[in-house]
Formats: sequence, C-alpha cells, structure tokens
Amino acid sequence: MSDAVAIEVKGLGKTYDTVTAVKNLSLSVMKGEIFGLLGPNGAGKSTTLRILITTLSPTSGSATIFGHDVAKEADTIRRMIGYVPQERAIDRFLTGREHLLLLADLYHLPKNEALTRIASLLKLVDLEEHADRVAKGYSGGMKRKLDIACGLLPNPKVLFLDEPTLGLDVQSRLNIWQYLRQLREQGMTIVMTTNYLDEADQLCDRIAIIDRGEIRAIGSPKDLKASLGGDGVWLTLGDPQPQVIETLSTALKALPFVRAIRPTPQGLDIRVDAPEKALPAILEATNRVGCLLDGIEYHRPRLDDVFVAHTGRSLKDQPSEPTT
Amino acid sequence: MNEQIQEVLALTNRWVKRLSREKFSMLFTLIQPMLFWLIFFGNLFQRAADIQVVQAPNYMSFLAAGVVVMTVLNNGLAGGVDLLFDKENGFLERLMATPIRRSSVILSRFLFVMAITAMQILVILGVAFLFGVSAETGILGIALILVIGMLFGVGLTAISMAMAFSVKSHGDFFSVLGFLSLPMIFLSSALVPLAAMPGWMKSLAFFNPMTWVIDAIRPLILTGWSEALPQVAIALGVLALFDALCLYGGARAFRRSVG
Repeated sequence: MSDAVAIEVKGLGKTYDTVTAVKNLSLSVMKGEIFGLLGPNGAGKSTTLRILITTLSPTSGSATIFGHDVAKEADTIRRMIGYVPQERAIDRFLTGREHLLLLADLYHLPKNEALTRIASLLKLVDLEEHADRVAKGYSGGMKRKLDIACGLLPNPKVLFLDEPTLGLDVQSRLNIWQYLRQLREQGMTIVMTTNYLDEADQLCDRIAIIDRGEIRAIGSPKDLKASLGGDGVWLTLGDPQPQVIETLSTALKALPFVRAIRPTPQGLDIRVDAPEKALPAILEATNRVGCLLDGIEYHRPRLDDVFVAHTGRSLKDQPSEPTT
Repeated sequence: MNEQIQEVLALTNRWVKRLSREKFSMLFTLIQPMLFWLIFFGNLFQRAADIQVVQAPNYMSFLAAGVVVMTVLNNGLAGGVDLLFDKENGFLERLMATPIRRSSVILSRFLFVMAITAMQILVILGVAFLFGVSAETGILGIALILVIGMLFGVGLTAISMAMAFSVKSHGDFFSVLGFLSLPMIFLSSALVPLAAMPGWMKSLAFFNPMTWVIDAIRPLILTGWSEALPQVAIALGVLALFDALCLYGGARAFRRSVG
C-alpha cells in the first residue's frame, strides 16, 4: 500500500424520490489496498458502489477516481475500472470465452491483444477447461471466477466487486480471496461490498461500516477492534433486575483489570485488559454481591462487536437475502 | 465511429448467439405462429369472407399484408424483452460500466429485431407464394414492403424498450404486451377492410398506425404500383410521426433508467 489516494469521496448523497439511500458519505481509498464496504442489506453499499462505477449518478457531493470525477468524466472512469457484479449477471447462453470476447470488443481491445489477455485470464482463474461451455452449466464458483476474469479484462487500475463471495462454498471463497490478494500484490486497488464479517476481517485492509446510508466507522479491522478497548466478557444474569445490575456494576468497577462496563438487557458487557486475571476476579465479585449468574462468555474483540458498538445492532441478526 | 461499429456488432452478435443456442426458440422463430394465421385463417375464412368486401381474388391474398404487419407488430412489441432480462439480472449494468456509447445497446437491439423481422416477412411471402399469392409489384415491391415493415418495427421496438426500462417487474411488461397486441390487430385493417367495419371500430382503426401500414402493403401485393404509391406516401408520413414519437419516448425512458 502506498500513500497515494485512489478514490476520494466527499459528502456523497443519493436520494430516490423520498428515500435516502446514501447520506453525506465521505471516505478515501488508498492506492493498492483492499477496501471493504461492510453493512447489512439495504445499508447503501451497493448504491455507493454503483455511483463509483458510473451507473448511478449522485444527487449530492462528489467522488473522484485518480482525480477524475465519476459524474462528469464517466467515460474516462469506465476506461480505468473493472466491475464484478453479483453472480446472476452472467448470460447463460454464452460460453465463458464468449463473455470475455464480447467485453474485449466493448473495451475496444485489438484482436491479438484480446486473445492473449483472455487466454491468460482463463488460466489465472482456472477456467480453461470450461471456457467453451455455455455458462448455463457453470457452478456458482465457476460463475464467480468468470466474473472476476471479466472484471480484470480491461486491466483496470481499480477493481470493484459487489458481494464477491455471496452464496459460495468455503473452498470457492478461499480461492476468490486468494486471487484478490494476488491482485493487491500487483498494486491493484480493490473496492468491494460485503456483509460477511469474516471476509471484511480477513481480506480487507480497511473497511467502512455503513448503516442506513451513513458511515459509522472507518479503519483497519485491527484498529477498529482495538478501539473497542480490551477483550469482552459478557455476563448473563439469572435475575437481570436493574438494581441487581447496578450493584454488580459498582462492585466490578472497583476491579483493577476492568476498563469499561455497559449494561445489556440480559446482564453486563465488560471490557477487560488481562482476561486471565480479570475472569476469576469478576466471578469472585459476582459471588460476593450474591448475584445469580446464568452464563459467562469471553471473547477477543470481534468485528461484529465493532458493528454493534457503532450501529447498536448485530450484523449477524440480519436476514441474508441477496442485495439489490 | 469505428469503435461504435465494433460495439454494436459485438452486442448484435450476442443476440444472434443467444437465439441460436435456444433450439426451440430458433425453430419457432422461423416457423412462426404468424404462419398459422396465414394458412389457417386464410383457408378457413376463404368462403366466409365476401370477395366483394375484401376486394381480392381470395381471402388469403387479402390477409397476406395483415399477417406481414402482424409479424412486425409481434416482433417489435417483444423487442425489448431481452433487455428487460438484462436489466433484471444485472447484465445491463455490467455493459453500462464499460466505456461504450450508451446508444450501442439500443442500436444492436434494433439491428437484431429488424433482421429477424425481415427474414420472417420473407418466409411469410414465400409461404403465401406457395398458396398462389404473389406480389403484383415484384421484387421491388417486396423490397418496399420490407422497408415499410422496418420503419413500423423501429417505432414498436422503441416502445417495447421504453417499457422494458420503465416497468418495475417483468410481470407488468408481459401484461401490457398481452393487452396491447390483440386490440392493435383487430382494430386495424389486418383481417377486414376498414370499409366493412362497424362504425365505432372503424373510427378507432383510423387512428391505429397499423391500419395505414397494412393499407400501403396490401396494394403492393394485390393490385400494383399505381394504386400502391399514394398509399405508400401516406404510410410514410404516418410512420415518420409514429417513429418520432416512439423514439422520443424511448430515449427519455432510456436516459432516465441508465443515465
């Protein structure tokens, strides 16, 4: 990753009739990083992506890619970017190779260059064997590979992917991650939407958490998790009365390793520094104040906690339908 | 300019490939339902139809022009279907993220629909010939029939594409399609000459562009140049207006949809 800015988004907004899809969105993506837009369905990720790939125009604000405005210089932008839509956007009557040949013409590649590039892309995504079969018979993973090959055909400076691993099996997901990491090695800038926490966590260099059209947090997964302050201990009380929770909070606040305490409907969410010392102390304190404990859960900070901290709800609770 | 030709050809090639991969659809594109109209209606109504009323040697020779234009109507109105599916599954968005002229997608569709329609018209005229109906105006007349058919088809395809870009679901699209096509046929001179229609139907048919198109093509088949040319002139005028309206509406719907 270098310090050069690839994408600069300032105060971006998109309103449909009465619905606000994206509100005052600002972010920058550095050259050579994998940037993730993380959020539940309908959060505004896809709208943001579509504005960046010039298929949707913003109602306010601006976005530039390598200094070119996406609304005013759409044609220049289109020559610099590659786009990997969701898997359904495959023509089931065309073969894999025909998809690439069609796009080669749309990008105005000279015939020879097109053929060489298509051959090497098919090899890269390991589709050579199936290149001349119609896409009707492709598996989800193969369609995704073809999509990625299509996105890479123009040799783009920035690659945009919409939910690249939605609905894929584990092996295919890992393969896709592998390609994307390879591309990053080669200096390509990658922007993707996802509603998978582990994908954002393991693949993306930085993420923006988007909810209800607004950015709630931006940073590397590591920094975002660190910003929560310590590991988490969740207590579930047998009798979560407010005064019980209150008494327990007071007792726990006095403990040396406890950094923060937040009441939850079932009990308490405690942030601690040294879990191996904090856990026994917490149990001891709970006993001391005579609190009935129904359960205790300990975990290192997870991205979902970051999500909860910034949006007030868990991404895991969202129904996982395909986004539109 | 060269780039746009490359785009349009590549996109048209895709439509051709799609059609050729669907075996049944390919077959039924050639042996089209419209042929049944010509063969069954033509022969069935042979005795029911009054030769004095239709002013033709037989009903099939009268019907031929109607069937030609019905083919144009059906192909035109269905011309936007593939774009509708492209819009719904995201393929259109994939295309729109590439540096192509926005119009190339539309042009490729016009080119494809017109080519298919021209082929089908020739098949219909060929089958009519087998039943003893030949165009009085010869090869040149047939060429003119194709031109008039194409001009009507352009407007209809534009309506269809406008609808494809505007509708919320493809259910809506097919409802409107099914609703439009039969009245267009019955409220035109396709099956019965205007003069033989009940008054109220006649007044409606008068405002149907299809009537004027059929009335120009019919004398090209039935009578000859001297009767046909004035009708052709009127039809060209009607089509200029019709196409202008449809293309304007289509362009607006397209711009609203893809920017």
